[in-house]
Amino acid sequence: MDPLQIAKMVEEKFAGQVLDTTTYAGQVSIMVKKDLIRDICLYLKDDPSLKMDHLADLTAVDYSTYPGDTGLRFEVVYNLISIEYRHRIRLKVRVPEEDPRVDTVSSIWQTANWHERETFDLMGIKFDGHPDLRRILLPEDWEGHPLRKEYPLKGY
Amino acid sequence: MGVVQNLFEDGYITTTVDGFLNYCRASSIWPMTFGLACCAIEMIQYYSAPQHDFDRFGTVPRPSPRQSDLLLVAGTLTKKMAPIVRRVYDQMPEPRYVIAMGSCAGSGGIFNTYSVVQGVDNIIPVDVYIPGCPPRPEALMNGIIKLQEKIKKEHYIRK
Amino acid sequence: MSASSTKEIVQKEITLNMGPQHPATHGVLRLVLDLQGETVVGCDARPGYLHRGIEKWMESRTYHQIIPMTDRLEYITCMNNNLGYVVAVEKLANIEVPERAQFIRTLMAELTRLSGHLVWLGTHALDIGAMTVCMYTLREREFILDLTEMVTGARQTVSYVRIGGVRNDIPRDFFDKCREFTEIFPKRLEEYDTLIRENRIWLQRTVGIGVFSAADAVNYGLTGGTLRGSGVNYDLRKVEPYAAYDKVDFDVPLGKNGDVYDRYIVRINEMRQSVRIIKQCLDMMPSGPVVTPDPRYAIPEKMNVMKSMESLAHQFVLMSKWVPMPKGEVYVATEAPKGELGFYIVSDGSGRPYRIKIRAPSYVHVSALAKMVTGHMVADVISCIGTIDIVLGEVDR
Repeated sequence: MDPLQIAKMVEEKFAGQVLDTTTYAGQVSIMVKKDLIRDICLYLKDDPSLKMDHLADLTAVDYSTYPGDTGLRFEVVYNLISIEYRHRIRLKVRVPEEDPRVDTVSSIWQTANWHERETFDLMGIKFDGHPDLRRILLPEDWEGHPLRKEYPLKGY
Repeated sequence: MGVVQNLFEDGYITTTVDGFLNYCRASSIWPMTFGLACCAIEMIQYYSAPQHDFDRFGTVPRPSPRQSDLLLVAGTLTKKMAPIVRRVYDQMPEPRYVIAMGSCAGSGGIFNTYSVVQGVDNIIPVDVYIPGCPPRPEALMNGIIKLQEKIKKEHYIRK
Repeated sequence: MSASSTKEIVQKEITLNMGPQHPATHGVLRLVLDLQGETVVGCDARPGYLHRGIEKWMESRTYHQIIPMTDRLEYITCMNNNLGYVVAVEKLANIEVPERAQFIRTLMAELTRLSGHLVWLGTHALDIGAMTVCMYTLREREFILDLTEMVTGARQTVSYVRIGGVRNDIPRDFFDKCREFTEIFPKRLEEYDTLIRENRIWLQRTVGIGVFSAADAVNYGLTGGTLRGSGVNYDLRKVEPYAAYDKVDFDVPLGKNGDVYDRYIVRINEMRQSVRIIKQCLDMMPSGPVVTPDPRYAIPEKMNVMKSMESLAHQFVLMSKWVPMPKGEVYVATEAPKGELGFYIVSDGSGRPYRIKIRAPSYVHVSALAKMVTGHMVADVISCIGTIDIVLGEVDR
């Protein structure tokens, strides 16, 4: 299915939740509000005409130093693909700097469990409802989140 | 082996105690192969592939630090891993030697980042550094030979 | 009656720490196993002992300078990482790649895939107890490393694939040597296969161990041979062809039961397909340039740099700060030997990426290890680690 059509379907199903749809290099990104992210993911996975059953990647980007960007600071990115229909779509959620929280999707895709732990570890985004949100790559007593832009490359 | 050579009948040799001990130690360096990153693959290629016969130098890889004389640190040492390397080193019996294989083990290499220890010599003393990213098996061979040369110059009786 | 026999038998769980310094964990993986007797009832994998901050490092370098770092991700099969990253950058900036370069990329990627699978086969068999196989596979890997050295000048960390093409054309005598390899290798592969395929010990250690159903495998995000062992037909070389994979003919081997043995069969068959692709690439190799015709991204030839001022200036710009890239973001996935290797690149319009996220297949596979080993014996943990085919450089980044 054409990714733009998927974006339209999501927009129709969840009225008012989709903030923006962008296309770059043939890849479609849908920016949604963070409140219903679990429901949107569940819909994308379970709808028989979509079947986005493979969460390829989950990550976060710190937009604090991006030139010309005025939105909220962190963006959580979900890259999805359907193994049966082979269409891709990218979901994006913006979360604020003061309270970087978003609902977990680890109950929908098991693979999200570790991706979310990594995002928490390196970017400091908290996932509500995650079964086991601990640091994963860095030692447990590490301070700070290295992938944030203010963190120096060589550490403190 | 000295001026008294050929004074005795066949089957006897004369040497110093140091020379004899060093000869034995240098010819049976049992390395504890501590593969951490990329260099470990070249190290495996060296001691497992039939092209490079590691055992001919008397170096038989051991999986346990308590049986080994040489700690072969191959790869990037991170801050999370550092206490473990130190602990393994402390478990080894004296005399013990350390080879830092690769740029990362030597100096941190290209990973000048928040989580990488800039060289193994920050936590344990190193005898031989092998540069390269990763070093070829021949370079590792050369490192072993250099270590043997170093061992042969040691003194136990007259310090 | 002695006092000891009247004592009540106390059963309790014990915790066994495996790694990070353990010869069978393929690097510095640490597992904390909860054991009931010898049965694993819980497993907590703790990676991170090789976390080198590669993603953060990449943000401070230009697009060109990042290529050597991709070598150090999955350090057994460096060429596939180069290729995955470069394909993503080419998608980001819409760079055209000449056909010969595409074929060279495919050829080298498949050779490297073979070398990766050989290390997998050798270490996997070594862990289970078949030591001879490891000696044999590493002998063949040395042949591949010699071939790689002929083309790239390096054995392992090659940095050969460049943005818009490859570093240099392949030397002429490479063809003969490579053909010789494609003649020898299938016979040798049969030899290894007969050593273990019907070996009773091998079957007992692998059949019915670490079973993943197709639905579970997809849900856990498994990719590559680990997923195809469960019978899911998902190979990115077919799904989203890159390089010259749409021009060569090959099959995607599939398993049925999703256990360790099926994954072994899948990967062995994949090696046969790789040889097939290599042969086709050698036959179909077109002539022409190996660097993109796009003057913005093409690194000038060394001879021209010595002679003309424009080339010198362009070389200087490319090497020191790279040219401005378009603003945008892409996620491009390629089929590395371990599975889906994805690069998510966010560009802010400068010569340095704003953020790069590496979707490493091994990282996802380690996350599935807990499910795989629960309910099996401690010794089966070893065969499960072997079958998911992990490299810690990629897990921890």
